[in-house]
Amino acid sequence: MTTEATLNKPVKPVQGITVRLVGDSGDGMQLLGTQLTNTSALLGNDVATFPDFPAEIRAPRGTRAGVSGFQVQFASHEVHTPGDTLDALVAMNPAALVTNLADLPKGGLLIVNEDSFEDKDLKLAKLKTSPLEEPAMENYRLIKVPMTRLTKEAVAEFGLSVKEADRCKNFFAMGLVYWLYGRNMDATLRFIHGKFGDGKSVIAQANEKALRSGWAFGETIEGIGHSYSIEPAKLPPGTYRNIMGNQAMAWGLMTAAQRSGKEMFYGTYPITPASDILHELAKFKNFGVCTFQAEDEIAAVCSAIGAAYGGKMAVTTSSGPGIALKAEAMGLALMLELPMLVIDVQRGGPSTGLPTKTEQADLLQVMFGRNGEAPLPVLAAQSPGDCFEIVQEAWMLATKLMLPVIVLSDGYIANGAEPWPIPDVSKLAPIPVNHPEHNNNPDGPFKPYMRDELLARPWAIPGTEGLMHRVGGLEKEDGTGNISYDPDNHQKMVNIRAQKVANAAKLLPPQQVIGPQSGDLLVISWGGTYGACLTAVQQAQAEGRSVSLAHIRYMNPFPSNLGEIISRFENVLIPELNMGQLRLLIRSRYLVDAVGFNKVKGKPFTVRELVEKIHEHSKSPSRSPARA
Amino acid sequence: MSIALPVLKADDFTSDQDVRWCPGCGDYSILAQMKKVLPEIGVPPEKTVFISGIGCSSRFPYYVNTYGVHSIHGRAPAVATGLKLTRPDLSVWVITGDGDALSIGGNHFIHLLRRNVDLNIVLFNNRIYGLTKGQFSPTSVEGQVTKSTPMGVVDHPLNPISVAVGAEATFIARSVDSNVKHLAYTLKRAAAHKGTSFVEVYQNCNVFNDGAFAYAQDKATRDDSTIELEHGKPMIFGKDRDKGIRLNGFNFEIVNLAEGKIKEDDLLFHDEKAPSTLVYMLSRMRHPHFPEPIGVFRDVVSETFEEAVRGQIDEAIAKKGPGNLQKLFMSGDTWKVS
Ligand SMILES: Cc1ncc(C[n+]2csc(CCOP(=O)(O)OP(=O)(O)O)c2C)c(N)n1
Ligand code: SF4
Ligand SMILES: [Mg+2]
Repeated sequence: MTTEATLNKPVKPVQGITVRLVGDSGDGMQLLGTQLTNTSALLGNDVATFPDFPAEIRAPRGTRAGVSGFQVQFASHEVHTPGDTLDALVAMNPAALVTNLADLPKGGLLIVNEDSFEDKDLKLAKLKTSPLEEPAMENYRLIKVPMTRLTKEAVAEFGLSVKEADRCKNFFAMGLVYWLYGRNMDATLRFIHGKFGDGKSVIAQANEKALRSGWAFGETIEGIGHSYSIEPAKLPPGTYRNIMGNQAMAWGLMTAAQRSGKEMFYGTYPITPASDILHELAKFKNFGVCTFQAEDEIAAVCSAIGAAYGGKMAVTTSSGPGIALKAEAMGLALMLELPMLVIDVQRGGPSTGLPTKTEQADLLQVMFGRNGEAPLPVLAAQSPGDCFEIVQEAWMLATKLMLPVIVLSDGYIANGAEPWPIPDVSKLAPIPVNHPEHNNNPDGPFKPYMRDELLARPWAIPGTEGLMHRVGGLEKEDGTGNISYDPDNHQKMVNIRAQKVANAAKLLPPQQVIGPQSGDLLVISWGGTYGACLTAVQQAQAEGRSVSLAHIRYMNPFPSNLGEIISRFENVLIPELNMGQLRLLIRSRYLVDAVGFNKVKGKPFTVRELVEKIHEHSKSPSRSPARA
Repeated sequence: MSIALPVLKADDFTSDQDVRWCPGCGDYSILAQMKKVLPEIGVPPEKTVFISGIGCSSRFPYYVNTYGVHSIHGRAPAVATGLKLTRPDLSVWVITGDGDALSIGGNHFIHLLRRNVDLNIVLFNNRIYGLTKGQFSPTSVEGQVTKSTPMGVVDHPLNPISVAVGAEATFIARSVDSNVKHLAYTLKRAAAHKGTSFVEVYQNCNVFNDGAFAYAQDKATRDDSTIELEHGKPMIFGKDRDKGIRLNGFNFEIVNLAEGKIKEDDLLFHDEKAPSTLVYMLSRMRHPHFPEPIGVFRDVVSETFEEAVRGQIDEAIAKKGPGNLQKLFMSGDTWKVS
């Protein structure tokens, strides 16, 4: 089943390629993109992806609303974004073409399925004439491929129905793309035979044939003079796999559970883009993971509170709308001082907003969206692979401080993929958790709110003799936990709960600065914009500008050295996919005149627009050479 | 050699907290009966957990010396589900009110019942919002004058037992705060049932809805306006036990036994395992047209939620072996960089 690929045409080595595959949501673009990503990663390239799908599950075929896309950048150097500038666009129908063409620069390679530009297809895309006939097409290296017909011919021998044969055309397209970029077909062939049955399945055989025909087409078609090659990237040594954000989140949770010797309870309610964490965890019952699909988000978070009271590692996840519903119960968890994780995979808001698009606009919601003085630690993942790390850090904090901890992700990270160095599980340090067995009060009943040096209370669990105690959402006396309406006690408890959150900074590493430790401009970023901000800052640094990056993973409390870092720079620029939420926090906390770069279009930042902003807010290198 | 096991008393379940209900409130009686039956049920205090929402009734957990969570309004069923699912070894009670369970928490209530989590839920029905000082509740009767309905309630009330039948609860019962023997018996039956046990207790709020259940509480009227359900027994009621319930077509009718024309055998015999249609009909028997049934409406056996959930976990472990993270991480396509 190995690839007998022949390469008769010349091969042009390049450092990196950015391709976008677009088609109808029924055309399997996500599958195609994922295969291309995995294959590129297996070839040793660094990869970053951006799947972009419509909110409708199956919008009418061929319409603009139904266009689904997948962009991937693979390169011989480190990449942190799915790429700004397309080298190639593969469009399966007119709707996909016209909605994406603006992103293909002049001279870019444009591959289309010309069989899908008939009158009826144009009508579905609300077009009067074929875009392929437009003079603007001369700006691109247009390759018209009769994919439907060629696929049909290629798979004729298998006696498939018209519909089945037509479905194979995405593998034909894939074969052509694989040929073009020198991608090895083995992993995809393994995938085809795994998914569509063993070697005897005609569907599997037909898809294999379509894939190979696409490859052969590249070899023979006159319009393409050469293919490309991309050397492996120099990543740190180790064993790698590709990982998506939500998958990394699920695996990180399972790892945190194991490190703390806990069974995991996962209570949730389906919502895009968080549901895949549930789908992933539901597969791993043999790890002792108990998933509970509750009747709504309130029940989900409350069930997690119940499990936490019972001594389990309790987790609940959602996206913005669901987090809003959980707010009251998060306040309860905070009052009960129980450890648990609340994960918010952000999407475009407000209300139902842009469910399948990315945004970072829940920061203030998770910071302040609860009644009363109700601070909680907030951590934010910076990349797909980082989701694995951050939930473990969050669980460590939650257990040490006896508090719910919030973790932010976003749609871009959740569905994005990157190569992930597989950790040696045996080398991961335990997360120690302690449940008291003896009464801490020689003079009376157990005191559930007695505190240690971090102000954490003991996690006494039901079933333990002699430690019976009641907890609740009413204000309680410190120590005994008895209901208390005493004014001074309330002040004291509010202070204690705030101090507990502040104490998290003692358990977390200080803020790192990428680039010079002082200078002209400090870019402060957080969450999923890490890759784009890093790339932009590195580009500006290469131009000789005095620009550094502080990417924050700990949103509350801020790292204790952050204020001091900020004070070492002349200017501060905070790019965010919201209207300035982190900026508001930074400005009020450090009284610094930070400027924002804000975008809410449901799309990640491009490196180009970030570099432009950095240029605007930093001195050009001729006037101020970069300090080392 | 026999070991003398310590015998638990009601006092062992009394916490050090002062009870803060209004004097004369029906909640006192429910607390007293609960503390009386807990030792008889035999689960030690450290294995018992009371979980409540918000309301006068929901202060209950503070007064019993077990583990307890006084959660938020309406959500106790969800908290309890998370606890019981992960700690099947515990005996879990949910204490709730008519507003807590049927208004703000209505969703969780029906889902708890349909899932059949093995716990007991006791709904203190006083047909009023007590803690917020006297607004109408989902069980307030039409026309009831409350602080928020000076011209009378216009909502149609919810019938908690009918809701429970609709959600296919496996144990459904009703009792009355002042009928202490019956209440104690009903709580014990609830504890004995495996699966979700739902007990509605008619509870007098003497401050905001005094006498709402007088017909079912007063010695003078209660025998004629309630009927005690007893499994396998004919449905007879009345001070002189001279009236009965007979099935006539698709309806119940009250028949007179004194005249001798109708025999006990002609009556409906209560069956706790009867199809839910019949249980539903029982739940629709409303004062003053019918005597209201008290006792166990339904007690059937069905797999509990936690058995099913834990069962899948055990099955997965038996089939695949206990999970191995390293193996999982290394599964699928990987590559080495040296
Ligand atoms: C989210 C929320 N909404 C409203 C309230 C106010 N509240 C507290 S108890 C209650 C009604 C309680 O009625 P019920 O459940 O019948 O209990 P009772 O006091 O009658 O025992 C209300 C509306 C609250 N505590 N929380
Ligand atoms: S208000 Fe009513 S229900 Fe509440 S404690 Fe007083 S009497 Fe009891
Ligand atoms: Mg009430």
